[in-house]
Amino acid sequence: MNKPIDHAEASSEFIAASDHIEFHDRRLWDLRTKRDRATAAIPEWEELRTLASQIKEHTLTHLADYLEQFERQAQANGATVHWARDAAEHNQIVHDIMAARGAKSLVKSKSMLTDECEMRPFLEQRGIEVIETDLGERIQQLDDEPPSHIVVPAVHKLRTDVAEVFARTLGTDPNNSDVHYLAESQRRTTRPSFLSADAGMTGANFAIAETGAVVVCTNEGNADLSVHLPRLYIASIGIEKIIPRTEHLGVFVRMLSRSALGSPITQMTSHFRVPRPGTEMHIVLVDNGRADRLAMADFWYSLKCIRCGACMNTCPVYRRSGGLSYGATYSGPIGAIIDPTYNLRKYSTLPFASTLNGSCTNVCPVRINIHDQLYKWRQVIAERNALPFVKKQAMKMGGKLLASPRLYRIAVEAAGAGVEYLPRIMMYSRANAWGKQREVPAAPAMTFRQWWLKNRGKP
Amino acid sequence: MKVALFVPCFIDAFFPDVAVATLELLERFGCEVAYPLDQTCCGQPMANSGCHTDAAGAEALFVRNFAGYDHIVGPSASCIHHVRENLIAIPQTDEVKHVRENAYELVEFLHDVLGVREFPWAEFPHTVGLHNGCAALRALRTASMSELNETPFSKPLTLLSAVKGIRFAMPKRPDECCGFGGTFSVYEEPVSARMGYDKVQDHHGAGAEYIVSADMSCLMHQKGCAERLELPIKFLHIAQVLNGVRE
Repeated sequence: MNKPIDHAEASSEFIAASDHIEFHDRRLWDLRTKRDRATAAIPEWEELRTLASQIKEHTLTHLADYLEQFERQAQANGATVHWARDAAEHNQIVHDIMAARGAKSLVKSKSMLTDECEMRPFLEQRGIEVIETDLGERIQQLDDEPPSHIVVPAVHKLRTDVAEVFARTLGTDPNNSDVHYLAESQRRTTRPSFLSADAGMTGANFAIAETGAVVVCTNEGNADLSVHLPRLYIASIGIEKIIPRTEHLGVFVRMLSRSALGSPITQMTSHFRVPRPGTEMHIVLVDNGRADRLAMADFWYSLKCIRCGACMNTCPVYRRSGGLSYGATYSGPIGAIIDPTYNLRKYSTLPFASTLNGSCTNVCPVRINIHDQLYKWRQVIAERNALPFVKKQAMKMGGKLLASPRLYRIAVEAAGAGVEYLPRIMMYSRANAWGKQREVPAAPAMTFRQWWLKNRGKP
Repeated sequence: MKVALFVPCFIDAFFPDVAVATLELLERFGCEVAYPLDQTCCGQPMANSGCHTDAAGAEALFVRNFAGYDHIVGPSASCIHHVRENLIAIPQTDEVKHVRENAYELVEFLHDVLGVREFPWAEFPHTVGLHNGCAALRALRTASMSELNETPFSKPLTLLSAVKGIRFAMPKRPDECCGFGGTFSVYEEPVSARMGYDKVQDHHGAGAEYIVSADMSCLMHQKGCAERLELPIKFLHIAQVLNGVRE
């Protein structure tokens, strides 16, 4: 599907559910506030951001070397390394690894990369059962919805929504929306899968070139169970997740959870390096558009992202439209600058789903200039003819009008034009949108220019 | 000091009082103010929509109007930010560079260039919620932002604090964008209006009788929202308060 995402329409539906939007906005603002407190407690926070940014910049500009170093180390550790050019290759590799070993079931922790690759339906169509073991991701799997947030996948749902999903899919009491009851029900139904699954999978928060270690940060321990119980472990890793050395991890681990949730560190920071005796460890390094992005002069900076979600939590637009309104794996500000690299036309509206307020850029722990990139994407989208026709025409007309003092004056001074005509010109058309939920400014008796000529103009 | 007054298009058309207050305020401090008559707009609406080439005519006209002045002052942070950072659709001649380097938003001009701190004619015995537009806050940096670990400062608050009788209300989310965002306000109308509603309700809940800002475009949007919600809250540009408006 190539049709542009109608973010405005989707957000309108989200806003109509008043309990949901209020909770969503409050919950994520709470995370932003906790993040502020956590970062304020570290005097060198702004220096850390600079350091983290520099490490990522260095790595990305030497990426091939570090990837090969990682591969050598991982192989020396006893892991098998696979390279996937795109999503299709990634899915095929995972399937082949499992099929060759007769593996029929997969327990996995949360991985945006596997969502990006649409791996779950691919494996399920081939008879492999896939069980998400992260609570939020599991809720979304059971409800047949993609995650709406990269860190808290079901944040758009109220606990009563979860009770409904679990009642429908796990047979729990539909009237009991107690959080502990729901979490415990999910645990009880998911735990046996860890013991019976043929294979386990994780993504990676970081992959260390120097040691070949895969580092996974979680709060639920589900990644560790997914890795340590089955006899086959597969890690899917985007190539931008590489960092050079273990010592660099200290910088990122200090920042990741503080930025994401306002907590000093995730409950678990697990380093998976060497397969246990009698088991196998496979690592799939995935490009899927990343190398192309790395070659984009204005946009390669987005590859520094450590997926903390701080930009989403702070984004006033995201909080009031919900992640699903972006119609993409990655939503919010970071999604809006990554998604167009996958499909410019389909995601052409997303860089406009922003007021360019700049809050995202300033909470980003790796100093991605997110709102500058949004601005630049807008230029690219217009240049490549991916703007709606009406909007393009409005801008052309606006440009002509504002380039001509005479035409401009006719527009702003025409008798009675104020209320009817002006908002259209100055609010850039889209009939009636301004006045739907807002009053239109009243036209004054005269423009400032007219006032000036009357009061200050020399004869 | 000779100053050219830049009156953004929407202020010219809808809020002439704001331009008059800006003019009078500058004159109170001894500025000799000129108003180039052929000015229209800085080009921001087109550029922010991705159509930067369509902004070239407006940008060239802007430079023609203002190239002959030492200082260009406008009561709108986002317009000044466009001139300073993004007026790039036309060749960057010395004239263009001069205009871009010498364009000031009113608060920073008063605070940094004129260095004024006293407004003895001003008295405003009301509770004010200060709104810092995002361009003022995070682009021109006229105040500290809650996102960064930095020493708190606020140029607009410093200036307003000198006004006799003024009191300040503290909204829960003083830094949150109000949702205007130029073309965003119409192309993303549902979120824009919701953000505006949340903003004015936050100020109202904090006890603000007035919302005062150096950004009239934010206020135009917030005023439209407050009127629709029938909230008893009024709106003034910071120039009007500093110039001694009586309410």
